[in-house]
Amino acid sequence: MIRYVVKRLVILIPTLLVVAIIMFTLMDFVPGDPAVIALGSGNHTQEEIELKRESMGLNKPYITRLGEYIGNLVFHFDFGTSIVDGTQIKTAISDRFPNTLKIAIGSILVTIIVGLPLGIRTAVRANTWEDKIALFVTLLLDCMPSFWVGLLLVLLFALKLGWFPSSGVGGLKYFVLPVIANSLGGGLAGFTRQTRASMLEVIRSDLVTMARSKGLSEREVIYGHALPNALIPIITIVGMRFGQMLGGATIIEVIFSIPGLGPYLVNGIGSQDYTVVTGGIIFIAFAFAIIMLLTDLVYAFVDPRIKAQYVARNRKGGRKDE
Amino acid sequence: MSELMEVKHLKKYFKSPRGTVHAVDDVCFSIEKGTTVGLVGESGCGKSTLGRTLIHLSESTDGQILYQGRDVTRLNKKELIEFRKHAQIIFQDPYSSLDPRQTVQDIISEPLLLAKYGKDEVQRRARELMDTVGIEKRLRMSYPHELDGGRRQRVGIARALALNPEFIVCDEPVSSLDVSIQAQILNLLMDLQEELGLTYLFITHDMSVVRHISKKICVMYLGQMVEQCEKKELFEHPLHPYTKALLSAIPTTDIHAEKRRIMLKGEITSPINPKPGCRFAARCPYAKESCNEPATLREVAPGHLVACARAEEVNCMA
Repeated sequence: MIRYVVKRLVILIPTLLVVAIIMFTLMDFVPGDPAVIALGSGNHTQEEIELKRESMGLNKPYITRLGEYIGNLVFHFDFGTSIVDGTQIKTAISDRFPNTLKIAIGSILVTIIVGLPLGIRTAVRANTWEDKIALFVTLLLDCMPSFWVGLLLVLLFALKLGWFPSSGVGGLKYFVLPVIANSLGGGLAGFTRQTRASMLEVIRSDLVTMARSKGLSEREVIYGHALPNALIPIITIVGMRFGQMLGGATIIEVIFSIPGLGPYLVNGIGSQDYTVVTGGIIFIAFAFAIIMLLTDLVYAFVDPRIKAQYVARNRKGGRKDE
Repeated sequence: MSELMEVKHLKKYFKSPRGTVHAVDDVCFSIEKGTTVGLVGESGCGKSTLGRTLIHLSESTDGQILYQGRDVTRLNKKELIEFRKHAQIIFQDPYSSLDPRQTVQDIISEPLLLAKYGKDEVQRRARELMDTVGIEKRLRMSYPHELDGGRRQRVGIARALALNPEFIVCDEPVSSLDVSIQAQILNLLMDLQEELGLTYLFITHDMSVVRHISKKICVMYLGQMVEQCEKKELFEHPLHPYTKALLSAIPTTDIHAEKRRIMLKGEITSPINPKPGCRFAARCPYAKESCNEPATLREVAPGHLVACARAEEVNCMA
């Protein structure tokens, strides 16, 4: 198992290198002269621009620049500086990422705490009025964009009732509304429906009938046998959703004026700050890859068949059957 | 000759958007203690539903199931748990019915733990059960996916035997196994019956399997019993046209045997809101207008029940 983790981490290195190379190359194709962008607005003489290009190293060949960038990345974990305001990208990310992480963790927790029991209940009571109401409500939620939900929440809980602050960061209460908006408008409805579908499939299988025939109570049957066997697709959804949210819940972060990764990247794109965009994307790719690895490890705990596969792969070095 | 189970006018209906599905419709039969009753019929005729309803895995719509003289159609939670100790089931597919997350030992011990056996007792009994059904002890900590089909089915059987039941519904227990393993499992079931005095309801669509194992045979067609009698009688003197067609479909190795395969034509009548009258009439080569009357199961010869209005005519008995 540990060998499997180490192996996955080693594979992560070439993956991220490829991401870095692709991002760097793509940004090189983006129209517009970075030197002009770096100089800011106003008229500049050709000489000024040339000097700037020279100082930014833009006159060196593509391969040299790529090599320098990758070198800095690998040996110093350095993403360079923003070409617009000259700040360290590494510092900006480490300042902003905790905010994004808090929202992501909060949203995923709310999604699981609300969505899982709701999904289980609707599956157990499939096709009753309870199920139909839940279906209707989740459908309704699914149709509401998160920025709209966010604005509604602000109107009610921040402006009218004054329970929570409407924007900014600070203590825990600053994160309540963004987290709720992010989970309601984001994955909660889909997650509930996925849980329901996955549970229904298991509930209709023989293993649940067998569990019943053993004389287990309905509760034990559902939570002891059905749920654990329905978890794989549920975990997949949680992992994907969490990975996505680590890239920043941009709209939510903008509405609530939270300095997270989302607005940083969007601003970077808007101002053609190519170093910020490249650095940000590489970081997100890294975070996503780590989450996917964690997801795969959780699979092993849930399903002994998957665990056996990991172990077998370690022992025999790459057996791919089953 | 005591009856372990007596089924009277059992009905199991399902509601569907297109109407009521008559999965089991007015079925009467009885199972003698210590014997095997074979239940045969084509796919979708309601045999599995009947089997599951008998041991209360699905609730019956109407009718009585007398188990040792007691009606078990309406049980409260406590009585149901008690009933589970007496009546068990072996599933068709040992791949999908065993929880892939449990080891062999866990699967077998779970009912024992529920029945409040002590820890050592559970261990001892689990080992004993594995021995009884012939699973090697080294496989104790294996997961179902690590076992072949035959061994998985043995685990399923051990699980069913855990609490010493008297009655077991075998729901096509060999249909998903290959032929050599089928024989092993059938022999195991027969040995267990002899040793433990078990009573089986053996559900299958395979006539040669049913001939091997049962004492009495019930033939089902679209939710209804069409024929019931001792095995020998059924194979020698089938009375219902459907039974005749079924028997003619058994492959034979005798190259000189006359080819008298009865081919059934026509569609199966829908089990949703069926019309009164014989349900087989639409495909029956002997059908006449009189077949529009409901065909009830009646005794035409000692111990031989058939639900065909023209049984005597068709078989030249009158």
